[in-house]
Amino acid sequence: MGMTITEKIFAKHAGKSFVEPGELIMVNVDIALANDITGPVAIEEFKKSGAQKVFDREKIALIPDHFAPNKDIKSAELCKTLRDFAKEQQIVHYYEVGRMGIEHALLPEQGIVLPGDVVIGADSHTCTYGALGAFSTGVGSTDLAFAMITGKCWFKVPETIKFIYHGKLNPWVTGKDLILHTIGDIGVDGALYKAMEFTGDALSNLTMDERFTMTNMAIEAGGKNGIMEADNITLEYVKDRAKRPYEVFKSDEDARYSEIIDYNVEEIGPKIALPHLPENVVDVEEAQGIEIDQVVIGSCTNGRLEDMRMAARVIKGHKVHPYVRLIVIPATQQVYQEMIKEGITEIFIEAGAVVSTPTCGPCLGGYMGILAKGERAVATTNRNFVGRMGHPESEVYLSNPAVAAASAIKGRITHPREVA
Amino acid sequence: MKFKGRVWTFKDNIDTDVIIPARYLNTTNSHELAAHCMEDIDPDFANKVNQGDIIVAGKNFGCGSSREHAPLAIKSTGISCVIAKSFARIFYRNAINIGLPILECDGGIEEIASGDELEINTDEGIITNLTTGKVYTAKPFPEFIKEIINAGGLLNYAKKVDSKCSQ
Ligand code: SF4
Repeated sequence: MGMTITEKIFAKHAGKSFVEPGELIMVNVDIALANDITGPVAIEEFKKSGAQKVFDREKIALIPDHFAPNKDIKSAELCKTLRDFAKEQQIVHYYEVGRMGIEHALLPEQGIVLPGDVVIGADSHTCTYGALGAFSTGVGSTDLAFAMITGKCWFKVPETIKFIYHGKLNPWVTGKDLILHTIGDIGVDGALYKAMEFTGDALSNLTMDERFTMTNMAIEAGGKNGIMEADNITLEYVKDRAKRPYEVFKSDEDARYSEIIDYNVEEIGPKIALPHLPENVVDVEEAQGIEIDQVVIGSCTNGRLEDMRMAARVIKGHKVHPYVRLIVIPATQQVYQEMIKEGITEIFIEAGAVVSTPTCGPCLGGYMGILAKGERAVATTNRNFVGRMGHPESEVYLSNPAVAAASAIKGRITHPREVA
Repeated sequence: MKFKGRVWTFKDNIDTDVIIPARYLNTTNSHELAAHCMEDIDPDFANKVNQGDIIVAGKNFGCGSSREHAPLAIKSTGISCVIAKSFARIFYRNAINIGLPILECDGGIEEIASGDELEINTDEGIITNLTTGKVYTAKPFPEFIKEIINAGGLLNYAKKVDSKCSQ
């Protein structure tokens, strides 16, 4: 019987020739990741266990990104815990402020995660790397501590749902809209405990940046991982980044799926998720006119170069609405530099936006753009839970970068074709 | 393990940003975290909870972030056990890994009301509502997960089976 790509990666990393859904397995981990919030908890557990050395200093990534550059004294202490541990254990993939980026944008960009890998991260959006054809998923700090000691993690092999996207994308429709549409369709627990395999001819034209956006939000449907087969675009992306061997896995023709869901993307327009769940997805037209106070373009979902290019195309020649704060946050230092080179930073600044150094910042209500009571934001991020970006009575609307940019100009939720 | 306690009910899709808002994640101190548990939907929750109380929730409890601070905060408020129709998977692992007892039960637990008194046997997965007399059965844990729970969490389990894990 055939296996899915997720099952094949698991079998390989568990030293088996075959695995099937429901089986509990112990797998070898290629990369284990933590940040400034989850890392210190894992480090505490690591020390409490009496462990002296990490299993492999080249297979751990520690990235201060959530509250870094340090937002207050307590965050400074957390970052210091991470830094001290990185120094003590001589962790190879530690990135200091000024060189860092949001972890899920940084790791693929630096070639730290590769096709065929098993990656775990003490951060729920670790599922992002599935776009490379890797198995990657979020775990907690204790799982991470266990992996830092043993190089292993336990899993139940998940069932897989296959999502097929076919047709030609409409104008202003991006990977973000496809994944929002999917979450809106199946709900925030529609893929609970399951692997989400994304495929179809509509995806083959998507850039890597858009593919990362899709797998990034698998967790918003409750998925264990989101995954896509590596193709030429993937291999082109990986080619100059990889510093170690990797393997490309593909699902067998006769692989078993718990469900197959088919979408004709020609029926999909730009989408927006209304507060307070990512499943409250409607067409932008339906939310058009809702007045907003802030726009955030950034995060591990949509803070990559393609996102910035798209937003800049919309903003160019316009001004941000007088009562709106537009906060642009490139996801990594490299994105930041590219933006400067391409003149994108200037477009934003001339329009009256603020362009920040890479950080998670407002995405999780940390800092750099917290909402007051009753305020509304359009954000290219991935969650719009109660209080996610600030006051419990503030609201977050999730969209693609073009919708966010158009809304910043108009001061209300706006379809990009209105300003283009 | 057996617990007896008063119920606090919560709806579907209780996310980790509600369980412990990110603005408090600049600490790892579980008592500080507990003080803010659930405050965005019930500002008084941490004060009202008594040692041993039980959370009964709808589906997808703990969705969202991977923050282990969420089960830690709940545990530190004195909550003895969380019963839900289903759990988000990272929360599920985290609760087991840190030793917060949880039970998954989708058979009628929506009838359980805040203030009811429950008796729970986590080994057998039996939930008895002492207020109404009704009995519910939870899904049993797989053997492997029972071993982690009985060892007192993942890292204690790791110590026990270290030779197996580090081969
Ligand atoms: S950008 Fe937002 S969702 Fe992504 S890792 Fe940071 S806080 Fe999490």
